[in-house]
Amino acid sequence: MTARAAITGMGILAPNGIGHEAYWRATLAGTGGIGEITRFDATQYPSRLAGVIHDFDPASYLPSRLIVQTDLWSQFALAATAMALDDAGVDLASVPEFEFGVVTASSSGGNEFGQREIQKLWSRGPHFVGAYQSIAWFYAATTGQISIRHGARGACGVMVSEQASGLDALGQARRAIRSEARVVVSGGTEAPLSPYALVCQLASGRLSDSADPEHCYLPFDAAARGHVPGEGGAILIVEDVAAATAREARIYAEIAGYAAGFDPQPGGGHSPSLARTITLALADAGIPPQDVDVVFADAAAVPWLDRSEAAAIETVFGPHAVPVTAPKTMVGRLYAGGAPLDVATALLAIRDGVIPPTAGVGELGDGYQIDLVRGDARTARLRTALVIARGFGGFNAALLVRATD
Amino acid sequence: MRAFTLDDLKGIMQRAGGIDGASELDVESADTSFYDLGYDSLAVLEIAARIQEDFTVRLSDDMVERLASPSDAISVVNELLAGGA
Amino acid sequence: MRARTAVITGIGVTAPGGVGAKAFWDLLTAGRTATRPISLFDASGFRSRIAAECDFVAEHAGLSATEQGRLDRVSQFAVACTREAMADCALDFGASPPERIGVVIGSAVGCTMRLEEQYVTVSGHGRDWLPDAGMGCPALYEYLVPSSIAAEVARRCGAAGPVSLISTGCTSGLDSIGHGAQLISEGSADVVIAGAADAPISPITSACFDAIKATSPNNDDPQHASRPFDNRRDGFVLAEGAAVLVLEEAESARRRGADIYGEIRGFASRANAFHMTGLRPDGREMAEAIRVAIERARVNADDIGYVNAHGSGTRQNDRHETAAVKRSLGEHAYRVSVSSIKSMVGHSLGAIGAIEIAACALVLRHQVIPPTANLEVPDPECDLDYVPVTARELAVDVVLSVGSGFGGFQSAMILTRPTAPR
Repeated sequence: MTARAAITGMGILAPNGIGHEAYWRATLAGTGGIGEITRFDATQYPSRLAGVIHDFDPASYLPSRLIVQTDLWSQFALAATAMALDDAGVDLASVPEFEFGVVTASSSGGNEFGQREIQKLWSRGPHFVGAYQSIAWFYAATTGQISIRHGARGACGVMVSEQASGLDALGQARRAIRSEARVVVSGGTEAPLSPYALVCQLASGRLSDSADPEHCYLPFDAAARGHVPGEGGAILIVEDVAAATAREARIYAEIAGYAAGFDPQPGGGHSPSLARTITLALADAGIPPQDVDVVFADAAAVPWLDRSEAAAIETVFGPHAVPVTAPKTMVGRLYAGGAPLDVATALLAIRDGVIPPTAGVGELGDGYQIDLVRGDARTARLRTALVIARGFGGFNAALLVRATD
Repeated sequence: MRAFTLDDLKGIMQRAGGIDGASELDVESADTSFYDLGYDSLAVLEIAARIQEDFTVRLSDDMVERLASPSDAISVVNELLAGGA
Repeated sequence: MRARTAVITGIGVTAPGGVGAKAFWDLLTAGRTATRPISLFDASGFRSRIAAECDFVAEHAGLSATEQGRLDRVSQFAVACTREAMADCALDFGASPPERIGVVIGSAVGCTMRLEEQYVTVSGHGRDWLPDAGMGCPALYEYLVPSSIAAEVARRCGAAGPVSLISTGCTSGLDSIGHGAQLISEGSADVVIAGAADAPISPITSACFDAIKATSPNNDDPQHASRPFDNRRDGFVLAEGAAVLVLEEAESARRRGADIYGEIRGFASRANAFHMTGLRPDGREMAEAIRVAIERARVNADDIGYVNAHGSGTRQNDRHETAAVKRSLGEHAYRVSVSSIKSMVGHSLGAIGAIEIAACALVLRHQVIPPTANLEVPDPECDLDYVPVTARELAVDVVLSVGSGFGGFQSAMILTRPTAPR
């Protein structure tokens, strides 16, 4: 009998809310968190907007000993982990020692910490690089620190596929639950707002150069012109359903299906790989397309990517057949934190029976036959949600969550 | 060149290791090992790195090995500064 | 229905001392070391000025001028190894359904060389905290996200199945191959290109290891600086390299008459949850990873003929690992041959785990165990048979490979000789 994986806790740090209830309230109200980048003076750059978390004080969550040896990215994740474990109410002491793991998503690592150290190296000399550079910048730092802080000795991992990383991490968490783990801390966060990281993102050609925070990130819009980056993300507690049920945990939903694929020749037009990935995830879940109640789109806001995503959704579900939404328009693209936040949002949508809207999008581009939820949040009975995520370079993934009651 | 004082070290310890206990350090407790004060091996290496940065000195591997406690750190660094090395 | 397992049908290696799997194996069996003074950058201001570098000539590896211009060295390694592995396995990739081909590449530090080089350019040599966006190269975003390495590999083999990069520090290589085998056994792919690459010989990486004194400062004797398990060991020698394997579902590999190096029979990973860099001397969690890998492989501890150690050459690792091997293998620990090829090719961080699995596959093929080079003065706490200095011919059917890394990751894999006639 294959173990089933469910999500029993969440911790969210988002540009429009710290803590999942604050985030959810803001998101339902359409209150965004996109504005001028404040972590540094970005006025010289063509893209100056981002989803910024303004009131995060790491000292509220972490001892200063940990703060000095971590990048903001890991601090977000450690804070979110504490929130998520609290939300799940799992008694870690009762989990067998090697059945508690950590699998996080990663994309650009410890950007600001790394930039500080590399600046010291090149402006002053190699001896000025500190002892913590060896543990703060690299992509595994967050998983390592979470594992140490919470005593997780089970299987630990780090999945990297840019914006698709978060679904791959949750897929990996589910594998761990099926074979060897009872509890897995998963999800991910990102802190992409260091000056050098922004300069790197500008080179991708995907950043919106809009100066209007309300209309800068417009997926599926006729005026789509790229995304804005955002910081934060979500940590999710993935648990064996039988164990969660036995301890009478509140189960948000089960991870019912997951699949991943790749486009070796990304380009314009249809994306057969994404339609197939979605279909595989549905088959994995044993769910027919008509049972999906809402789709959280990847929403790249780059015209050829929007076209290929809309085409894939249409291919699988039919035109206008299922509500589609992208609340990430309120906070930006969070890379390793993006898909976990989408999954958390899907869980809240299922819990409360309401689909959060896509912000800022006016007129849909030509030919998009999708029911994009805009304006007000839409009440609906929701049991099953599909989350789509695509990573720069051709990665794609699809994950289905389904209420267990 | 001015001497390396306990106050200098406390400032560095705060920044390098983040431990709040450094603020209570005084001449009497300066013999307590870094380890007992809550500084692990990485934190001590970070303290060494910061000393080198702020005082423009180079601590050899042997000198770093001798940094077992705050009072050790003060004597090692002042030896170095006095020797003009 | 018979369980699906993964077998290794192709190998590509870019390692110090000899590019290509054959040159790699020659180095290992000769017990030669490839550690030398750093030439990839001016290391004169650094504490450790030695490394194991690859004499990699991009043109010889089949990389076009465009590829050389756009790809970081780490991706060039990965692509070169992918091509070698694909040729080696003699599978017609064009005839395989693309959605059934997956890719898992590991890397600890990704595109750090180009990320650093570009940083120097856009920041005015570290002068400007706010870099000049106009001076960055077009591929700069691909250097920021290490997933680009896996994407490059996927494009070369036409993979449309699951593709990802795994970055678990120094166990990235082992973990990627373990993940690749998992994709096959769960039915998500029939062919997986699995491996790892790292090109970390650069100022920032050297400086960060200098700061924690993890690397050997034995700059006057580079050839002998990497000496795992030796009582005089004083740190690891930083290295670069890559290895890529073609993994196939066992039955279909046999049906097409593939030349099989070995089977991935068991894999497990655990974590210390103790310290980001420190290791407790008891080796409990590494022992647990080994124990579970053995259990999953359905072999007995004393079936193991060779242990390919992590053996990085730091004082704490080698002691920790020796304890873990004793804990997990019991008395057999004193009979089994153990060696660390890091003594010869250095420690290439995330890549080395894959390079070591390639070595294990070659051990199974050739029935020869590479030595631990430079092992001359035993450490009383490391009292196992580490095959000092000279390679050893030995009939080996079951190999254990072990890895350990910053963040507390501990991984173990069991490989077995193919049982079907070739």
